[in-house]
Amino acid sequence: MDIVSGLLHGFQVALTANNLMMCVVGVVLGTVIGVLPGLGPPATIAMLLPLTMKLEPTGAMIMLAGIYYGAKYGGSTTSILLNVPGESSSVVTCIDGYAMARKGRAGPALGMAAIASFIAGTFGVVALMLVAPPLARLSLAFSAPEYFALMVLGLAMVVLLSGESLTKALLAMFLGLWIASMGTDIFSATSRFTFGQVELMGGIDFVIVAIGVFAIGEVLGNMEPTKAPDMLPVPKGLRNLMPTWEDMRKCRFAFVNGSVVGFLIGILPGAGSTIASFMSYGIEKAVSKHPEEFGHGAIEGVAAPEGANNAETGGALVPLLTLGIPGSGTTAILLAALILWGFKPGPLFIQDSPELFWGLVASMYIGNVLLLILNLPLVAVFAQLLKLPAYMMYPLILGVSIVGVYTSANSMFQLALLCGFGLLGYLMRKLDYPTAPLVLGLVLGDLMEKALRQSLMMSQGSISILFRPIPSVLLVVAALLLIVPLFKKFNAARLQVIDREA
Amino acid sequence: MKPALRSGDFWSGLVLAALGTYIVVTAHAWDYITEEGPGAGFFPMWYGGAMIVLSLLLTLGAILRPSQRAEVRWKDVSRAIAAWVAFVACVALMPFIGFVISFALLTAFIVKVMCGEKIRTALIVAICGSAGFYLLFEVALELSLPAGKLF
Repeated sequence: MDIVSGLLHGFQVALTANNLMMCVVGVVLGTVIGVLPGLGPPATIAMLLPLTMKLEPTGAMIMLAGIYYGAKYGGSTTSILLNVPGESSSVVTCIDGYAMARKGRAGPALGMAAIASFIAGTFGVVALMLVAPPLARLSLAFSAPEYFALMVLGLAMVVLLSGESLTKALLAMFLGLWIASMGTDIFSATSRFTFGQVELMGGIDFVIVAIGVFAIGEVLGNMEPTKAPDMLPVPKGLRNLMPTWEDMRKCRFAFVNGSVVGFLIGILPGAGSTIASFMSYGIEKAVSKHPEEFGHGAIEGVAAPEGANNAETGGALVPLLTLGIPGSGTTAILLAALILWGFKPGPLFIQDSPELFWGLVASMYIGNVLLLILNLPLVAVFAQLLKLPAYMMYPLILGVSIVGVYTSANSMFQLALLCGFGLLGYLMRKLDYPTAPLVLGLVLGDLMEKALRQSLMMSQGSISILFRPIPSVLLVVAALLLIVPLFKKFNAARLQVIDREA
Repeated sequence: MKPALRSGDFWSGLVLAALGTYIVVTAHAWDYITEEGPGAGFFPMWYGGAMIVLSLLLTLGAILRPSQRAEVRWKDVSRAIAAWVAFVACVALMPFIGFVISFALLTAFIVKVMCGEKIRTALIVAICGSAGFYLLFEVALELSLPAGKLF
């Protein structure tokens, strides 16, 4: 199926009443959680995943993806009005967005954030559509050793950029690998780390770990005392939200910069939208004729990062759908969702599941238009969500988590595990252990072990099979990524990037 | 107390070293290499070993450079742990009193104790929240919520 006919087929799928409704639900939910600080897309998608099992997979995937990219739009609202990022990727928007709001230009800042998000988000989908099919064809040549090396590289990237301490990031990843090992070994039927519990013979459901670590851990973390910041007023009326033509002219390069940088960074595992937004902000400032305006309310300082964090979602879906390799906690959950529904993300995904792939791509075009509509005239409505009291939010999250986990297997044992993983998630946050390597280790652990053992079986135990051209290059790059922080100069640069994320 | 003993890195390093040792010892009982290739113990042996080395490095770092590591503010932790204990109690009570009542109790605890709201607000949120969950999931979506022996 070529791109044009694929896209036409995709629109036929996405424009059915059910899938259109799923898209609306997804982007509205995404905007809501993007606006609410403290509740992120991984927690929301993890909580809702078990509830989507009864739904038709294409519609469910359209909804979950809508939450993923919708949150990027909503994240800017709190950055501009409260100086508190709704999402980590909106941190940089605080700098100039909040400065604009303090100067009485909150409206154009919110409007520009929505317009830049729309332009770059749409660019991300176009690029995904153009890049994914040829990449999938290229990766058809991959077999077990190449996959193993690719997964090692993905994990190394995530570990490198996940936290201040490389040791802690590696330990979190190994913890994920250990949890992934639990259950019956598919090669030898040996029961591993089951502690004599029949319920653990099939392994630990990814959903329980994800909900525990992200949702419960987040709620527990929020129980610690914090002072609520003051919110600046939201301008009323569409006219007050629209940037001027002069603003649009100023942001011409920012749109291109945000789109391209965001998409390219998105393809790299581990880098993520926060780095994409900071990088595009840095480029924008570097090439600006008035760099001194940055930090004091330069509208390009809103357009570039907001564009980048939206284009990144298109980029992040490329390795997920064509190689089956997620690059972040959220895409790891989306990968788990696809596997739970019986799909096999990888080189044959587009060929085997054209309805899902093209339906998803088309829904993202529709979703971006819906988000522009939602985030321009309705931004004041969403901003009211910030007045929602915490005492209503916390029980809601805990309740949905319990229902989500229980309904996936109707088992109290699963709820007991949820309690354990909730505490683990909180302790990891408290002790500065990054959670993304744990989740990625858990999702990739099984696949990685399988690929390694298959590789060594192919070569009758000889490790030389990993020295074929592609795996050897990927493994050398992965090793370099982990060795580089040992050198002070490179580690300083790495910490600078992580500092920005923090 | 010595600074190292107050460090989260020190204790988490020790716990993870113990876990790594458990993984290696347990994996030792399984096949490392078979005629067909790597056995069930191959992969856990490697990551378990790496876990021991790294966690001991973390512990050692906390002892040698205690000032560089942030100390845990245990006062803040107590609130989160109290909420977690309430959550565990809610789950533990479910086999006896069911989801609706145990979730209402958890909600009331969070609203009154953790968020410091009035008892009337706590009761309203607890009752409405539980009823809302029951109506949405059990009645509208026909998903079974945890049922208790009594309710």
